[in-house]
Amino acid sequence: MAAHAVTTHNRRFDLALRWTTLFYLGVMVVLPMVTLSVQAARPGFQPFWRALVDPYAWHALKLTFFTALVMVVINAVTGTATAWVLVRYNVPGRSLVNALIDLPFAVPTVVTGLMLVVLYGPTSVIGTVLGRFGWGVIYHQPGIVLALLFVSYPFVIRSVQPVLMELDRAEEEAAATLGAGAWTTFRRVTFPALWPSILTGSGLSFSRALGEFGSVVMVAGNHPLLTKTAPLHIYGEIESGNRHAALVVSAVLLASSLLILLGLNALQRRGGVNHGD
Amino acid sequence: MAIEVRNLSKRYGTFQAIKDVSFEVIAGQLVALLGPSGSGKSTILRIIAGLEVADTGGVLLTGEDATRLSVQERGVGFVFQHYALFRHMTVRNNIAFGLKVRKLPKSDIRARVDELLELVQLTGYAGRYPSQLSGGQRQRVALARALAPRPKVLLLDEPFGALDAKVRDELRVWLRKLHDEVHVTSLFVTHDQREAFEVADQFIVLNEGKVQQVGPPQSLYLRPSSPFVAQFLGQVNILPLETIQLGPRSESPFPSSLSELALQSDVQIYVRPHDMEVQRERNGRPCWRARVERLTPLGGVVRMDLSINGDHRIQLELISDQTLDLEFAPGDTVFVTPRHMNVFDAQSHTFHPVVLGRETEARA
Amino acid sequence: MATDLSLDESNLPVPAPNLWQAVRPSSLGRGLLVGAVLAWFAILILVPSLALARQVFLGGLKPFLQAVARPEVQRAFGMSLGITALATVVNTVFGIGLALVLTRQRFWGRALVDGVVDLPFAISPIVAGLMLVVLYGPEGWLGRWLEPHGVRVVYAIPGMILATMFVTVPFVVRELVPVLRELGEEYEQAAHTLGAGRWRTFWRVTLPSIRWGVAYGVTLTVARSLGEFGAVLVVSGNVIGHTQTATLYIQEGVESFHTEGAYAASLVLAAISFILLVGMDFIRKHLEGGRENRP
Repeated sequence: MAAHAVTTHNRRFDLALRWTTLFYLGVMVVLPMVTLSVQAARPGFQPFWRALVDPYAWHALKLTFFTALVMVVINAVTGTATAWVLVRYNVPGRSLVNALIDLPFAVPTVVTGLMLVVLYGPTSVIGTVLGRFGWGVIYHQPGIVLALLFVSYPFVIRSVQPVLMELDRAEEEAAATLGAGAWTTFRRVTFPALWPSILTGSGLSFSRALGEFGSVVMVAGNHPLLTKTAPLHIYGEIESGNRHAALVVSAVLLASSLLILLGLNALQRRGGVNHGD
Repeated sequence: MAIEVRNLSKRYGTFQAIKDVSFEVIAGQLVALLGPSGSGKSTILRIIAGLEVADTGGVLLTGEDATRLSVQERGVGFVFQHYALFRHMTVRNNIAFGLKVRKLPKSDIRARVDELLELVQLTGYAGRYPSQLSGGQRQRVALARALAPRPKVLLLDEPFGALDAKVRDELRVWLRKLHDEVHVTSLFVTHDQREAFEVADQFIVLNEGKVQQVGPPQSLYLRPSSPFVAQFLGQVNILPLETIQLGPRSESPFPSSLSELALQSDVQIYVRPHDMEVQRERNGRPCWRARVERLTPLGGVVRMDLSINGDHRIQLELISDQTLDLEFAPGDTVFVTPRHMNVFDAQSHTFHPVVLGRETEARA
Repeated sequence: MATDLSLDESNLPVPAPNLWQAVRPSSLGRGLLVGAVLAWFAILILVPSLALARQVFLGGLKPFLQAVARPEVQRAFGMSLGITALATVVNTVFGIGLALVLTRQRFWGRALVDGVVDLPFAISPIVAGLMLVVLYGPEGWLGRWLEPHGVRVVYAIPGMILATMFVTVPFVVRELVPVLRELGEEYEQAAHTLGAGRWRTFWRVTLPSIRWGVAYGVTLTVARSLGEFGAVLVVSGNVIGHTQTATLYIQEGVESFHTEGAYAASLVLAAISFILLVGMDFIRKHLEGGRENRP
């Protein structure tokens, strides 16, 4: 009897825990998302499409994807190289750099934007020099890419690093004994093992970049059809009371991020099966 | 000479991994680099391959100085302990890798890979990935991959270390057979002396970064040059010379040059467990008087644990039916006669083999 | 065929000797790579941080202290810290609970829940804010029902708290799920066989084993809460004065050209995030150390 009571008690505890946490998740995360999607779709397809191809909204979305893409290409290369150096080379100060990699995750995005304005802004030393050549960074599109590079810096590194650490060096040595040079070894042996993690890090940083607001709002300067990214556009539409327009662009951003997330999930599951030994 | 190693030394920080190592490997032989863990054997193998750089000394491969060549240029085949197969490539692509690097025509690569697949008995497995193979199959793929570009020499680093006992036994026999077919000069590292005996033509025994002895397995076993080699290659009992009783009617069993050794105190007898006979009675030959402590049947043989004068313990092995006849029991007093032993003079650090022969031979 | 493999056959061509390799170029290539990586890190991450510090201290320490001492700056930081504390506590409790549910219970749709947890990472803060406005605003599904009862969520402090909680939902869960999975259920089952109930087992066995994971998740939550801007901006309606967090204050300062206060507050936030980062590094070492020590 007593044992039975304990079992029931435990079972009740488990169920209570499950339903409270799931309820919290439902109210906190799922409900707002559903609300947004429903509200965006409610007026029907025609208004949705019209709001989407509105020149300002369309440009904002194009600019967002373009700057995120430029950022991802740069970060994939530099991130992989940084992870490589941190794992493979015993350079002095390595552990310090390794600790500071996450700085962009810790620094508020507004502060990030402000830092970049201070450093590259039109009145700064660098900004003045660049301005003389006719290059604008802050309040121009390169500034957006720069901000995205900063906030997404750790993703690829943190994704590649553990994979690189666990990689069996013997595979590379085997390639060398078979006559493959350093570049061939990297291309044919190391990279195939790394690319899922590079892709994962890139996908995460791309998704992050699509939604980045705080740093971009500081450096972009809010010029419609020039530096206004989608999140900035959404904010502008909210401010001016144009809620449906804001919802439509939000829905597009949301869907893109979800697709990326799903893709990465599938990638991970596939990788888990292939290298499940 | 297929491999010549000259005065190699390598230090890791304060740890001297290998010290002034020199040896040669004759073309076509299968040689074991044998030693306990930490003896530097893997380091030597990696230096020969060019995966590590020696602090001093040189390596010659097929007569050419390879010391300054990169790994890629040395043209050695290397088999890693944990296979190191390229996990994202199929078996075929793994084996073809070294051939593709050399930019051989596609048809040649195909033919060569097929040939190797047949050699390692994995013909039906070309399309599989390493994770779909068993340990023994993976190691065979690794071997095929190393052999594909026709290496000057084949280097194997504990090739069976990661396999379970049964597969290991099979693969050993298979490797020996393969070598008899292919005759590529092979140097393989192992810490398992049984494995080395089973496979190798020659031993290079290492300890603490130094070469201890080089030679054919059996001669090293019978005539070790140092206590280390004697103890490393199989079990051995070590007893002070004075414990042995010379028979009253027999002359000294030792060659005259050794007789005076008997007078020294620092002399020991090394005798293997299976190089002794046991009798109930003294038979006039040199022997130990011992007490049976324990009998352990081990299938084909019986192990006897004996004590001599209460303070020396020895082990010997007898074929089971021999002991059945004699019906020993713990507590019995027996007489142990050595057939073959090594007398070690610690002062001159030399071994003197002594063959006393079988009892029947001695009588004849 | 077997003889075909023998050494008597001519060896295949060895790849052409590479001049680069002959002179051990790896050291050169390595130097270039290390230099490039460190330079990139410095330019992208370090220099902007230092530039901000330099800008703030250009006029000396006194103006900085004066700026920080301003009542609106103090109020903004007080607001940020309060919201952070609340969001962190709630999300830590919830995060531990959900991580336990995800790793110790089997139920239909678990994989889906596992994915849903990550969603706030994928949602733009602005979109997150908009979601809350749509849901809790005066015409929103819940807002319509709450407002008549005198509960104001959006354009008030509860909305800012909700926004911060939304964006920080995943941190503790994401940290703990792998830690719990690696820990395995055996310790807990051992405690159960020794007669300990769920509650006791959690406090005496599970929590001590995952404490560094919790600490890491909490640190991330705190960092993100303090720095949250977009979502809070949307739901705050930017009412000047009492509903301003530190990040909102900074943005407003820059917009209205009251930059001294904004710079000073930024530096304080940057310093806090740096401290959090040091904490994260410290905790991560413990996490990795624990992983090695575990049998």
